[in-house]
Amino acid sequence: MSQNIEKILVRGNEAVAMGAIDAGCLLFFGYPITPQNEIPEYLSKHLPPLGGEFIQAESEIASINLLLGASATGARAMSSSSSPGISLMQEGLSYMAGSELPVVIVNISRSGPGLGGISASQGDYFQATRGGGHGDYRMIVLAPSTVQEMYNLTCLAFDLADKYRNPAMVLGDALIGQMKEPLTRQKAEKMDLPPKDWALTGARGRKPNKIKSLYLQEGELTEHNWKLYQKYERMKKEEVRFEMVNAEDARLIIVAFGSMARVSKTAMEMAREEGMKVGLFRPITLFPYPEKGLYDISKQVKQFLTVELNTGQMVEDVKLSVDRDAEVHFYGKPPGALPPPEEILEQIRKYYR
Amino acid sequence: MDTKGFYYDIIIAGFGGQGVLAIGNLLAYAAMKEGRQVTFLPTYGVEMRGGTANCTVVISSKEIGSPIVQRPHAVISMNLPSLLKYGIRVLPKGLLMVNSSLIDLKEVSRKDIELLAIPVNDIANQNGNPKLANMIALGAFIEKTKWVTFSSVFESLEKVFDERHHGLIPSNIKAIQIGAEYVKSLL
Repeated sequence: MSQNIEKILVRGNEAVAMGAIDAGCLLFFGYPITPQNEIPEYLSKHLPPLGGEFIQAESEIASINLLLGASATGARAMSSSSSPGISLMQEGLSYMAGSELPVVIVNISRSGPGLGGISASQGDYFQATRGGGHGDYRMIVLAPSTVQEMYNLTCLAFDLADKYRNPAMVLGDALIGQMKEPLTRQKAEKMDLPPKDWALTGARGRKPNKIKSLYLQEGELTEHNWKLYQKYERMKKEEVRFEMVNAEDARLIIVAFGSMARVSKTAMEMAREEGMKVGLFRPITLFPYPEKGLYDISKQVKQFLTVELNTGQMVEDVKLSVDRDAEVHFYGKPPGALPPPEEILEQIRKYYR
Repeated sequence: MDTKGFYYDIIIAGFGGQGVLAIGNLLAYAAMKEGRQVTFLPTYGVEMRGGTANCTVVISSKEIGSPIVQRPHAVISMNLPSLLKYGIRVLPKGLLMVNSSLIDLKEVSRKDIELLAIPVNDIANQNGNPKLANMIALGAFIEKTKWVTFSSVFESLEKVFDERHHGLIPSNIKAIQIGAEYVKSLL
């Protein structure tokens, strides 16, 4: 079937927008920021003819609260931004996690802290996976590594958000958002999803639904938090996704996600040409993190090299995951310059034994 | 070509407005049409406003890892700053194509590469449209390397150019052909 669909050459950001449309998302709220502007640009053109609504709000804070309102009605809706804008949205994300609202947020992250710069960065890993807003909540976080995955994982994010009634984030960066690659725009099979009988659709003939994150009755909030916790535990059981390449005979495994995973893949191939048995472990879900996958492979491989476009964030999860006698090395680069594969190859040579 | 694996990468650089991203886009689109794996990585943002502009294109028989390339097989350099920045990065025995309308060939210090000098601005001017210098360069590059066929590039024009510019496609095709003819005349 996929052979019949003509490939198109598009930017990662455009692939996200196409994925959203193909997932049935007709509502977008956002505020412009580089390097994700191709997402709103595409949707502003293509949503209205489909009967959808594109709103450029006055700020990111307004955008996230428009999103909250839209998703409370049971509609599929999204917002996209980049790091400083995502920071402004954290309060809304916390409220939506607390209110169990299924939304998709795309962060095409740029360099920080502060206004930082517009170059690629993976400095928002902590913010995305640890819950950048307040409270004991989690978000599903998907990290695409190719333009095709920008499309596929955006579609998946909508399904997972609905499945769990929880915000889901697609975490890309300037590299993966700006580069072009062939895309096969083919809708995935839709998941079997629970009905949205909680949505605010007008209460005529039924009991009113309430969407809220405030729980003041004794024991009520504890119970609510346990319910959320059960949901996160279920995500850990059912939604972990990762890719593992050349692990069978590996003596060293690179762990990297998103843009750095693909640069690392080339470094791995270069190392293999030099006779070094190197593999790659690429988390696709950053939450839930593929702890077990890493643990299992660390039973046989004892050298790990985590590569990130920051000064050390995901490496903490790698260390928490692997077997206790495995060694975890780290190579990180603060934003500003992208490491070519040769630079990672040098690190492989340093730690390979 | 069909059974053997292949891999080729190119950095195309110049100043903003010279159309280097269009060259890269067309190469990538044409290669994709021919069933190859491709990546196109542009620089973006502040660098586009009058400063340097560049893009990296990778063409391969298998899935491409890094879209970032340190030592490319070929560089197309449209102005002097881009020659100074990227000329030194071409792989030994690689191809360095320079726009000799704007670059004094004395600036090319490397002896271990193949140099292809094309006065793309002069050729474009002689043919009545200075804006098509980038298409002259593209035609010359394809004629030299044969990484994509001309028909794939011509078909890609309508995909790469916005619909409102489709009226310009015939003149672009002409410019690509003139660039190719120039390289043939060097042989």
